[in-house]
Amino acid sequence: MRHSRILIDGVASNLAIDPNQKQEMSSQYWLPATTGTVFGIALNDKALYASMEQAFNEKPHVNPPKTPVLHIKTDNTHIGYGAAIPAPNDGTPIYAGPSIGIVIGKQATRVTEASAMDYISGFTIVNEVSLAEDSFYRPAVKAKCRDGFCPIGPWVVNKEAIASPESLDIHTFINNERVHSTSTDQLVHGLSKIVSYLSSFITLQAGDLIIAGTPLRTEKLALKAGDTVAIEIDSIGRLENPVVLESNIKTEQG
Amino acid sequence: MKRARILLNGEITSVTVNDNLDAVLQDGTVIAQTEADWLPPCDGKIFVLGLNYADHAAELAFKAPEEPLVFLKAPNTLQGHNKTTYRPDGVDYMHYECELVAVIGKIAKNVSREDAMDYIGGYTVGNDYAIRDYLENYYRPNLRVKSRDTCTPVGPYIVDAADVADPHNLTLRTFINGELKQEGSTSDLVFDLPFLVEYLSAIMTLEPGDMIFTGTPEGLADVKPGDEIVTEVEGVGRLVNTIISERDYLKTL
Repeated sequence: MRHSRILIDGVASNLAIDPNQKQEMSSQYWLPATTGTVFGIALNDKALYASMEQAFNEKPHVNPPKTPVLHIKTDNTHIGYGAAIPAPNDGTPIYAGPSIGIVIGKQATRVTEASAMDYISGFTIVNEVSLAEDSFYRPAVKAKCRDGFCPIGPWVVNKEAIASPESLDIHTFINNERVHSTSTDQLVHGLSKIVSYLSSFITLQAGDLIIAGTPLRTEKLALKAGDTVAIEIDSIGRLENPVVLESNIKTEQG
Repeated sequence: MKRARILLNGEITSVTVNDNLDAVLQDGTVIAQTEADWLPPCDGKIFVLGLNYADHAAELAFKAPEEPLVFLKAPNTLQGHNKTTYRPDGVDYMHYECELVAVIGKIAKNVSREDAMDYIGGYTVGNDYAIRDYLENYYRPNLRVKSRDTCTPVGPYIVDAADVADPHNLTLRTFINGELKQEGSTSDLVFDLPFLVEYLSAIMTLEPGDMIFTGTPEGLADVKPGDEIVTEVEGVGRLVNTIISERDYLKTL
């Protein structure tokens, strides 16, 4: 089953969708598919990691990361399917960040890698939008926490409906042209390990979301006002959002 | 006015705080300070400033930054007044950080420095514990150092902004078991509140309840299980916390 959140008469409502039933996407006002804290794992794509190997041993890093590198996508970044991603008025470049999202199903403290899947309710699609990732040294608040920089959805798919979450193809389309393809098998740290690691010092709650990993932000993933960006993940669906100049976005997105 | 939240019969309950620092329910019932189960006084985004006192930056052998060093914490890390924080087994250095916390009072986006103070609803006290052993040079200070369960006591209450005459002239003090260990003044902030509200609201929309932990002055020290740590900000409040061992923490899970 697919679990989404939609706005009905101004009220956030849950909507369960039978995957065998055709869903007319334009008929709903989609909210972010999850409501909890959103964590991201940086440097968790094999090609991105490899591209940084030399930099890892130089200043300011000095050593490669000993543990997964975490960041937080604040609430103001979360938007649903179809909502506008605001492009900065001054033309600062922004980039799509395709990733699978791991959705926590029940409170998780210090769970083992072997039992991690028991604490996952399902998976969703995340577009972890960012300014250029030109530094991994200081927290990326400015680059990653602008309003609307984290589309989530359109729904959460029960984990039972996904046979092999560790090998799902992820395709990114800009204006319907496929610009990037990867797979969840390209993650440095796998899904269970991520959940286990986070829970070793952070109690995860039902509804929390972990963005498993985004690829190197090449120009192929650059977004500009007027674009439509879509991310498709096998067995989950398609997350599509227009990119609109910030000053042209009039309404509150909730 | 001082406002807080306590857990009462399993429910999050908003209270005011009287001059004895006891909790007062809406119907006037008073719950003694020592009896109240204090929760963090608000929910919201948690911004923390690093290296925002020139003396503390020097203490850590850093030059004060030219742009604010802002990091985020997740809500898991918040802890109320009179509660415990655990020290992981086998670490060498865990220290407190006494901080003035500004709480946003109304929605703020692209607010100018001149108008910024209108958007601060109140103030509280934060203790931004850090486990220095876990520092890595990636998104430093990384979440494993700063966003740990129990690691950020905050409270006991929010005092209205109108009741704090000059938030940029408040003494901060930390005591370990009654002994003064840290002392400084918010007059030494590298980036003051108007600057921070302007800076953050230029990046994103701030909402009521969002917290800005403004950084800590020099005077850090290691804390051990059994230590009582009191962080206080003059004219705002006094926040009490006790360090427990990881073993004792695990028993509470």
